[in-house]
Formats: sequence, structure tokens, C-alpha cells
Amino acid sequence: MEKKGNSACDTCVHFNAKGLKKLGVNTLNFDFVVALAGNPNTGKSTVFNALTGLRQHTGNWPGKTVTRAEGAFEYNSQKFKLVDLPGTYSLLSTSQDEEVARNFILFGKPDVTVIVVDASRLERNLNLVLQILEITNKAVLCLNLMDEAKRSSISIDERTLARNLGIPVVPTSARFNKGIPELIQTINEVATGKIICKPHQIKNVPVNIEKAIKNLSAEIKKQFPIIPNSRWIAFRLLEGDTHIIEALRKGELV
Amino acid sequence: MKKKSIEHIIALSNDLRWEIGDDFHDGLAEGIYADASEIANTAISTNTIKRRFRLDSKIDKIVTSKFWGFPIMFLILGVILWLTIIGANYPSSMLANLLLDNIHPALKSLATSIGMPWWLDGFLIDGVYLAVAWVIAVMLPPMAIFFPLFTLLEDFGYLPRVAFNMDYLFKKSGAHGKQALTMSMGFGCNAAGVVATRIIDSPRERLIAIITNNFSLCNGRWPTQILIATIFIGAVVPDSFSSIASLSAVIGIAILGIFFMFFVSWALTKTVLKGEISTFNLELPPYRPPRFWKTIYTSLIDRTVIVLWRAIIFAAPAGAVIWLISNIYIGNESIASWTIHSLDGFGFLLGLNGVILLAYVVAIPANEIVIPTILMLTVLTSGIVGGEGAGVMFELDSVNATGDILRTGGWTLLTAINLMLFSLLHNPCSTTIYTIYKETKSVKWTTVASILPVIMGLVITFLVAQIWRLF
Repeated sequence: MEKKGNSACDTCVHFNAKGLKKLGVNTLNFDFVVALAGNPNTGKSTVFNALTGLRQHTGNWPGKTVTRAEGAFEYNSQKFKLVDLPGTYSLLSTSQDEEVARNFILFGKPDVTVIVVDASRLERNLNLVLQILEITNKAVLCLNLMDEAKRSSISIDERTLARNLGIPVVPTSARFNKGIPELIQTINEVATGKIICKPHQIKNVPVNIEKAIKNLSAEIKKQFPIIPNSRWIAFRLLEGDTHIIEALRKGELV
Repeated sequence: MKKKSIEHIIALSNDLRWEIGDDFHDGLAEGIYADASEIANTAISTNTIKRRFRLDSKIDKIVTSKFWGFPIMFLILGVILWLTIIGANYPSSMLANLLLDNIHPALKSLATSIGMPWWLDGFLIDGVYLAVAWVIAVMLPPMAIFFPLFTLLEDFGYLPRVAFNMDYLFKKSGAHGKQALTMSMGFGCNAAGVVATRIIDSPRERLIAIITNNFSLCNGRWPTQILIATIFIGAVVPDSFSSIASLSAVIGIAILGIFFMFFVSWALTKTVLKGEISTFNLELPPYRPPRFWKTIYTSLIDRTVIVLWRAIIFAAPAGAVIWLISNIYIGNESIASWTIHSLDGFGFLLGLNGVILLAYVVAIPANEIVIPTILMLTVLTSGIVGGEGAGVMFELDSVNATGDILRTGGWTLLTAINLMLFSLLHNPCSTTIYTIYKETKSVKWTTVASILPVIMGLVITFLVAQIWRLF
């Protein structure tokens, strides 16, 4: 699992051997919590392993990770706790693995959420990305499996993508440790507030629904000015999600 | 005050939901899709031909075809088992030679030279040490071959295709198609298979998957199957066919297990676990060339060593127990031989014998130690002079020697076949039972999952024995 010198960033001041320490399962006294989310089979566990130096078993089938795994790494003497969430296609249903993922992003309030997507299946993966961006405003898009995308002649304009999503985009091939240094640096910059995200909000919603969402979310904001994801809570309330109603009553969302 | 405002928000949401009507969910989902496609289209540019996807779909057309799907599946399983059986032979006998023929006598003479009392020396060296050594010699080589091969297949992306092939059968039996994935995990380890059922959304179908996972022949039971098939099934055909014959027998047992899995799933859905079958999307991931050495390394470290370690932890106390029950005498019979004799009648009915039944009781903690236990107990009761005395796990440098001992102990082809059947159909190991309890949080279903296979095992072996004896 050693890092190989296959990235320009290896010589960069922001990234050097001293800067990164893989801490394995030692997750004590961390400064930031980082969540790893994404569709099934996009290589979240591989990214997780590349960052922590752990060897969570990875497998080429959707649904490999059913519980959340935790690990840690240290970068520029700041400790990051990394939580690998089960892969999900959306956050709108109720199976156990989806709930693990959703609850963590919502209630665990990670400092950064890294959304791992399959570059060769970007459009489908974006469904989940857009949902996550409604929940959190500190996110990094990890455009993984770039090697596969390249092999199937797909090229992605990362800057356009980053601009449209309003979050930093880092292309990686985690299996070959490519792009990992850049990913770490970007996570660090989002966590420390160097990069401010302006996440995309879902636009193409029918007018009457959009009106209801605006109305409700304004009301939520009025009552809870500090709540970051009033729009998403509005979605869930309009959906009639009993878990969210319950959580709201218990004051777990603030 | 706060409570009031929260209720106000909830009330407002109820009103708004009423206003929007039924299409909120669809409207939102469509909005998300539209946004996703807009964003994707501005960022992606594709070069006309997607060549690799074509290759993928070509492979898929063959491995998931109605005609070739199953034969290819069994062929792959066959090749993996064949490599395991053939490949494990030499390292196994080398390990046996080292641990049993060299280190064991050395330990014995060391014990004598420091004046250790006979019972302590027997308990520790003949009980605990030999059990552990046996487990390592028998289990390590096949695991070190089987697990990496299985993992390579998994990393390549073949497992979802298996699920795809079997989806129809699972649907037919009223279970969830994803059960094919948990079944495949069960072939490695049932406890892992039970945990993997979390990917199944519906509690009903998940419960079915949990209860029937034990019918996947797990890693602890493969060696038993392989060894017994090699000794007895391989022996009834000419030499040149013996490895094919034993291989087919093992695959036959595995398929029988899959059949029982369907049957029990079906029976459960027709009786206590009735309900709707839920549908799901199964994504066939692209084939990915596995990173060979990395896979070998992680599967050795993560799976092999962990499973082996667990086996050792369970084998050590079991070795001690075996030594104790064979050396504590009530009257002029040891506990072990008394139990074996009283179980013999019942064992005969099942086409088994008292030794096998007692071995399964002693081996409840771990399936892996069944064969060593059986050998030891056979040696004990049949009065073969093994040179070591009562309660010593017997050392076997070759498959032939094992066969000789078993035949002297009165084993026949029927005993072998029924042992293979019983090894497939009996209670899950203690780790799996505990895992089932953790996952279901239900004593009732844990009990069902533990008892059901034993009852089936008793019934099946009984029937086989009766029919066998008719002819």
C-alpha cells in the first residue's frame, strides 16, 4: 500500500511523506470527520483503503459494504476520521444500508462528505450527488474509476462539472493510487474552510412543488436559523418521512 | 415555545402535501434526473465507440445466457475446487510432517525431560497442541488456495452474474434475488453470509436468506467433504477417474445444498413467512481485471488468517475436551467410549456411528475440527495402536492412512456418504448462530435457523441409510 511516485503532487509542498500519515483504525482525538458516500460499486472502499492504509476487503459487486467502517489519517498534523458508508443509489428509501448512509450524513454532521462517483457512469451517479448536496454544503466530488472512463473513451471536463455542482471535483483512480494526494489536499481545504462550497440546488422541479418547498423551507429557516439543510428537510416532510418528523420533534436535526 | 413551532412546521408540511397531491415523489425524482442529465451533458464528451462495454456485454451474453450460464458456473466452481484439492495435498503433508512427526515428539521428550506429570503433558501436548497442529495442517493449505481464488473471481465481477443467473430460481422459491449474493458469501463463511443479508431490504426475505444461509457449504466444511470424498468415493472407481469422481461428489453435495436452500426458502414462504416478493435492480458491474498480487495478499491476510485463527481458538479447548473425555474413566470405560457406545445404535439408524455423532457434539464450536475429532475417537474405540495412547489426535501423513483408520473403524461407503450429507445438513457453527442472533435479535428465529438443518440432516441420513440397506 505504499504511495508510488506517480503524481505530480508528490513533489508539491502541500503533499509530502511527512504531510500524510495513515493511521489505520486509530480514530481517537480527531479534528475532522469525513464521510465517504456514493453509489454501490464505485470504489468507496478502495478510496477508504488508499486514505487510511487499512485493508477493508473490497469486492467487485454492489453492496459489499453493509455497515460503516471507520479509519483515520493525519495530514499536516490534523487528524481526520474517515467513515466509509454503504453504497446507495439514493437517500429516499428505507432499506437498512441506505438508512445507515443517510443518517450518518444527516445526524453525524461530517465536516466533509466525499462523494465517490463512477466517472464512466456519471449521469446515473449524479442523482445521489444532487441529493447529498441538498443535505450538506461541505462536499468533495471524487471522480473515481477515471482509468475505466478513459478506456471507454469518456472524457469529463472537471472544471465545468465543479462549477455546475458548486463543489471541488477531484479525478482519481483509487485502485492505482492516482489522484489520492490531490483528494487529501482538497478534503483538507474544505474541512478548514479554505474552499467554500456553493452546492447546486435541484432546479427542475415542477412549479407547484418548488413553491411548496420554498414556503416550507422558509418557515423552517425562520424557526431554526442555523439549520443548513432546510430544503432537504422540506423535501422529507413533504414526502411524509416519519423518521424525519420524529427527528425534528426530538430536536436532532439542529 | 420550540415545540409549538415544530408542530407548526409539521402541520404546514401536511397542508402543503395535501395541496401538491400524489406526485411529489415523482416530481422531485424527475427534477433530480433532469438536473443530473443537464449537468452530465455539459461536462461529458464521449468518443463515439464504447468498445470495452461491448466486450463486457459480450461476455455477459455468454455467462448469463440461459443455456451456458449454469454449466459455466459449475465449471468455474469445479476448477476452483480441483485446484484446491490437488494443490493442497503437498503442503498439507509437509505441514503434517513438520508439526506432527517432528515437533510433537520433540515436545513430548521435552516434557519428559523436565519431569512434567503425565496428565499435564497429555492434556497440553496430546490434547491442545495436537488439535491445533491438526487444524493448521488440514485447513491452512486448502484455505490459502480457495480464498484467494474466490476473491479473484469476486474482484473480477463474476458474483453479480451468479446472482443474475439464479435470480429466477430464487424468485420462484419466493425469496429475494439478492439472496444469490449472500449465498455466495456463505460458501466462504456462513457468518459472513448472514451479515451480508443486510443488502436485502424486506425483513421477510432477509429472514429467509438468514435461515437458509447454512445450506451454503462453508469453508469449515469443504475440507471434510473433500477429504471423505477423496478417500471413499474416489476409491470405488478406477484410479484414473478417482479425482474426477471425488470432485463430482463434492460439487454434487454443494448443489444439493443449493437445492435445499431453494426448497426451504420455498417451504418457508408457503408457511410461516408468507408475503410479497420484492423486486430490485441488480447492476452488473463492469469486469475489472483484478490486481492479482494485491488480491492474493489481502485475501490471505484478511480471510485465511482470520478464519484459521478462529479455528485454532476453538480447536485448542476442543482438543483438551477430547483428551479429557478419553482419559477420565467411569468404571473401566472412559466417558468418550461410553458415549460412543450408547450413541452407536442411534448412529446405525442414520447410517452413521457413535463416533461421528459425538464428534459433532464436541465440534459444535467449529466445523473445522470435525474430521480430526472423528479420527481421534475412531482410533480410540477401534483399539488401533497409534503409539500415542488414548485421546491423542492421530497423525496422518497421507490420505491413505486416514482411509485405513476409518475402514478399520468399520466405515463403509454408506458411512462416508451420510457423513457428507450430515456435514451439509446440521446446525451452523457457534459463531454463525451468534451472528444470526445479533442480526435477527430474535431467539425464536435463531432457534429455527439452528435446529431446522439438524432435523433435516437426521431425516435425510435416516432415509438414505434405510434405502441403502434395502439393496
